[in-house]
Amino acid sequence: MELTPPPPVRRIVLDEPPTVVAAPAGPATAATPQAPAVRRRTAGTETVVRERMRVERLSVAYDGKAAVREVSLTIRAGEVLALIGPSGCGKTTLLRTLNRLTELTPTAQRSGSLTLDDDDVDALDVTELRRRVTMVFQQPNPFPMSIFDNVAYALREQARRRPRRSELAGAVEHALRRAGLWDEVGDDLDRPALRLSGGQQQRLCIARALAAQPEVLLLDEPCSALDPRSTETIERLIVELRETLAVVIVTHNLQQAYRVADSVAFMFLGELVENGPAEQVFGAPRAGRTRDYLAGTFG
Amino acid sequence: MATTPAVPSRTRAVESLSTWRRGDRIALALCWAAGIALCLIAAAIVLYMLFKGIQTLRPALLAERPAEGASQREAGGFLDPLVGTVVLTVMGTALAVPLGVATALWLVEYGRPSWLARAVESGIEVVAGTPSIVLAIFGLALFSQTAFGFLSFTAEGNAVFGRSFLIAATMMSFIALPLVFGSTREALQAIPAHVREASYALGKTRWATIRRVLLPSIRPGIATGSALGMGRIAGDTAIVVVLLGATLRLDAVGNVPVLSTLRGTGSTLTSYVYNNSPAGEGNAFDKAYAAAFVLLLVVIALNFAVDVIARRGSSQWS
Repeated sequence: MELTPPPPVRRIVLDEPPTVVAAPAGPATAATPQAPAVRRRTAGTETVVRERMRVERLSVAYDGKAAVREVSLTIRAGEVLALIGPSGCGKTTLLRTLNRLTELTPTAQRSGSLTLDDDDVDALDVTELRRRVTMVFQQPNPFPMSIFDNVAYALREQARRRPRRSELAGAVEHALRRAGLWDEVGDDLDRPALRLSGGQQQRLCIARALAAQPEVLLLDEPCSALDPRSTETIERLIVELRETLAVVIVTHNLQQAYRVADSVAFMFLGELVENGPAEQVFGAPRAGRTRDYLAGTFG
Repeated sequence: MATTPAVPSRTRAVESLSTWRRGDRIALALCWAAGIALCLIAAAIVLYMLFKGIQTLRPALLAERPAEGASQREAGGFLDPLVGTVVLTVMGTALAVPLGVATALWLVEYGRPSWLARAVESGIEVVAGTPSIVLAIFGLALFSQTAFGFLSFTAEGNAVFGRSFLIAATMMSFIALPLVFGSTREALQAIPAHVREASYALGKTRWATIRRVLLPSIRPGIATGSALGMGRIAGDTAIVVVLLGATLRLDAVGNVPVLSTLRGTGSTLTSYVYNNSPAGEGNAFDKAYAAAFVLLLVVIALNFAVDVIARRGSSQWS
């Protein structure tokens, strides 16, 4: 096996102010000189884009150490938003703050406003918020129960009467179909979920998150533990899902961000450096730091 | 690249003792010797007991009650001690498992304030390190209080006897508790944090997560701890001798069907063996060997169950 040359050193300008670009109305037509030679996935029909969540001057700190600094952005239904940036730049923290999972960390502090459909997320019951803004994690993590019970998990209300299986069967099938898993597992839903392959497990996790009928789906590097084939299946799925939901995906893989995202937010050291339509951020980044990051990775 | 990369030559990993330093060779030999010696000791125990067991064990012994008097030489089997072992093991485990699991759940899932969590952990370590004879004496002092008269029987003048199946089982549960706690805690800590978060991220509460996700996942861990605890309870002698009243026969107190037996005294296989060994008064060595053989079988079976359970529960998240 031939050794590949070491990747070029990334130089990122530190002393530049953040450059946040508002999304232009029409589709961007900028030339894409640095864009990777992969075809962008698009959904079949044009979807209606509508604002869902609004993040304003959001800062998150762990133990007084800032992880996210004054980030403002909008999450829209009908659109995939990709959060990109080097490791430790606050992407995952930002994502986890969207459904208040950061609150599980005792040292985390949050400031700034965060709204879902114009309601402050702190005014919502946290369990309701998390049913409306569900999340899929980096590692496939089905629960140690059957496929059916995994998908039905979010539907079974706690403390109240447990709905019967027949009442849930329709919703479970719907969620599995949306996650593209029905054809593979539909004949035997009583199989233990942990016996599925990694890619199937991750799609099961997506089905589980979809069964709650969320408005926003958060994906934290959903493909980083998967093989290329499963990755492709899940990317296609993400593009389809954005027709009905707002999707936010954290990814280290810039090609992936380019393939699935409608808008891209580049974060660096906790700051939002650039935010705009994918074509523009990848094609003609306005901020020097974005340019350096993209060039460093593609170079 | 201009130069072609050199093809690495494959060398086979040949390792022979002749290339080892002398110190290493001696150490290796000692390790082998230690392992083999342990196997020999275990085999000697099992084979000796097997030999003695086959020689002495008759089916009638399992079905007959011990003789009335002190001497067991003429007549009597060990049905009552066998029942006593089973009753005590089941009761002690039944008390220890909920307590141990609840403690482990609280410690791992909540564990706040942290000073209390540390105190609980050291408390359990103290219980685990306490010799069972100390637990027995403490139990006797505690349960001889007037308030606990309902657990055994009260003699004239309000003196509480303080010895019964209920009392012995309560103290026995402290022997099993640290084992159940330890294996439950380990199982909980082995569940990655993102699995819990996945449940929270679907709008589930902490308690729903514990009930629906964590408890099913730690079931093998709980089972392992319980089986280990059962083995310890079945094998303990000190608590039986001190807290079970040292009557070879089950001796009921009162006449409520089950409760009177539990409030009464009795024996277990361990105390029966002790009683019939040269140290005791039973004077029937053959029966001591037979009972010891049965006890050994029970404990080996429990250990085997631990192995099976632990192996079955090993395929979990990566």
